[in-house]
Amino acid sequence: MADDSGQDDLAPVATIWRNGEPVYDRGDTVCVIGAGGSGLAAVKNLREQRFGVDCYERETGVGGAWNWRHDRSPVYASTHLISSRPFTQFPDFPMPDDWPDYPHHSRLLAYFERYADHFGLREHIWFGTEVVRVEPAEDPAGGPPRWDVTIRGARGGAPRTMRYAAVVVANGHNWSPKLPRYDGLDDYRGTVLHAGQYKDGTQLRGKKVLVVGAGNTGCDIAVEAAQQAAKCWHSTRRGYWYAPKYALGRPVDQVNDQLLALRLPLKLRQWIFKRTMKLTVGDLTRFGLPAPDHRPYETHPIVNSQLVYYVGHGGIEPVPDVKRFDRNEVELADGHVIEPDLVIMATGYLPRFEFLAPELLAVDQEGRPRLTLQMLARTYPTLAVAGLVQPDSSIFTIVHWQTVLMARWLRLLDTAPERAMALWKTMQADGDRRFTQVKLKDSTRHWFEVSHVDYLRALEHTLHEIEAEA
Amino acid sequence: MRTVVMRSREWAHPSPPVRREVLSAAPEEGTRSGTPEKSPPPVLFVPGYGHGAWAYAEHWLEHAASRGFPAYAMSLRGYGASGSTPRTRFADYVHDVTQVAASLPRQAVLVGHGAGALVVAQAMARYPARAGVLVSPVFGGPAAAFGQLRANPAGTLPALFGGGVRLRRSHLFSRELQGSISQGYQQRLERIPGAAARHLVRSRTPEGPVGNPPVLVVGSPDDRLVSRATLERVARDNGGAPLLFPGMGHDLMLDARWQEPIDAILDWLEKPDA
Repeated sequence: MADDSGQDDLAPVATIWRNGEPVYDRGDTVCVIGAGGSGLAAVKNLREQRFGVDCYERETGVGGAWNWRHDRSPVYASTHLISSRPFTQFPDFPMPDDWPDYPHHSRLLAYFERYADHFGLREHIWFGTEVVRVEPAEDPAGGPPRWDVTIRGARGGAPRTMRYAAVVVANGHNWSPKLPRYDGLDDYRGTVLHAGQYKDGTQLRGKKVLVVGAGNTGCDIAVEAAQQAAKCWHSTRRGYWYAPKYALGRPVDQVNDQLLALRLPLKLRQWIFKRTMKLTVGDLTRFGLPAPDHRPYETHPIVNSQLVYYVGHGGIEPVPDVKRFDRNEVELADGHVIEPDLVIMATGYLPRFEFLAPELLAVDQEGRPRLTLQMLARTYPTLAVAGLVQPDSSIFTIVHWQTVLMARWLRLLDTAPERAMALWKTMQADGDRRFTQVKLKDSTRHWFEVSHVDYLRALEHTLHEIEAEA
Repeated sequence: MRTVVMRSREWAHPSPPVRREVLSAAPEEGTRSGTPEKSPPPVLFVPGYGHGAWAYAEHWLEHAASRGFPAYAMSLRGYGASGSTPRTRFADYVHDVTQVAASLPRQAVLVGHGAGALVVAQAMARYPARAGVLVSPVFGGPAAAFGQLRANPAGTLPALFGGGVRLRRSHLFSRELQGSISQGYQQRLERIPGAAARHLVRSRTPEGPVGNPPVLVVGSPDDRLVSRATLERVARDNGGAPLLFPGMGHDLMLDARWQEPIDAILDWLEKPDA
């Protein structure tokens, strides 16, 4: 495939037409959608395999969700990482080792900006450009199908369609709020915000706040409310394991990976986890929190050292699930009624691919795509989704290897299409494999939860298979 | 080459942070050509055991800058003006190199000398260097260690009993280098910690590099620390033949005719596709 397809040599004349509109052929160039952490890794790793890359980003900077200037960024002033540095960085571009164990979100943005500059990625990114539509197109030469990508200025302008050899979707999954439905919510007089609209503690000052949801965001906001608000209730559906950020004086994920590296069986790790929790945090029911109704590792890990501390100070009052809203009141599952002025729904986000026909990603009725290795479309070998995983660790190490795999896969498809398609069949046969040993508590987003060790081992295995074919 | 994804030990036991000495020389205005993307890449010089950044600051650093390359030279932990950490492991040196490389403004060329070449080779298995240059590479192994023990028993023996290694002047420099100068260099050499030296005895062929960088091997057939066979083998593993500078000692960057190898390296870097 072509080396270096710079932006300046966009074909000036269209030779193909689709539905009466011109299509500009970009040859063997690959299209990447989004320039957040996942998109940047895709651009870099595709470039490393000598692909030409056009990356479209609707905002004017890199960093995606981690760039607080962006409309869709969910970060709030105090957002810190919950995985420590060695797990959070791209494995081939270490974060400075004099940074703290758990960097602040602004540092993560600085890191992405440096990554983009270090590897010269910006020249391949079209900022302020939005992808409207992505449609497959038959290759007249009989090769793997190509893609017509329709783009438009994020703030308007005429659409334009380009034809690409492959598409990597990296549009993130933490921007489209998931809001549960409650009776009476429409009549409720208080303010209701989704956590995505929460920016900093000043929004809480002097208010009576109800935080709904015990994800990492919900716990962070509850802790801030304990410090800023007049009153804080924290509503959770069930009991959770609130892991501290440190155990034995070291970041807790580093301790955990030591156990994983030893390949200790899950049951033993769960036992060690419980022991450690007992020694460091203690019995949660003593604090009025519900006891966890599941074993450790069965839900997405919650890492927060301060939540239990503030519950112990009386700054946070744990309450059960919300049953219904009334004009000024909120009724809880246990029948109690509280009167908050501000309700923050830390109820998560849902992935969305509004520019793709659902059948291209084999999206089922619950809105979940069925992907090979949680990244490759099953319909066409030249469509992939980067970063659609919810790991029990950071996403960026994973996304690096996902995009390395995509780049090597596309290269193999180019150089040895027959062997590539044979491998494609065996990968398809892997079916709906889950990359975790535990049976996860069901929830709308836990379907893309993966254990980082299981998943990375699977990626490593597939990379070796591709290397054997190449 | 097989890709290594799982590095659980490195994740669970990250190297402790340390202050690192990095010397730099910027090219003069006007020596740079073309757009920023096309201008010469930064070059990071990594010294071998016993040496610090000073070994490059003597000649090569400024020379590379004068030819338009933004040039950097670092000291591994425990050497030069870099800080030290207790129980330094070989992996810590590799960590030091990837840290400095990632801190540079653009994707860098890594140049490693002596055991520093092995450090650079391992760093290239983690950081996608623009290109790699292995100068007089000491890749270790039991045979090389035994040879070293025979050639320099007084300097090497203490390492067997937990001590460090001292290098000999006659092994590092050719006779062409003035005695007073080589004596000065000899005095600046630092003792090599025993653990780092013992790692070389166990050392095996390093992992393959990530990102397919071109790799050049440079050395001297008259090097008394690195045999010609070693140079040939390392170069062959990287798909080429070594570039040889007969008559020079192990320390190509300090020896009398230091300019020839650095010019050859920079010429190689200037070639398209390098």
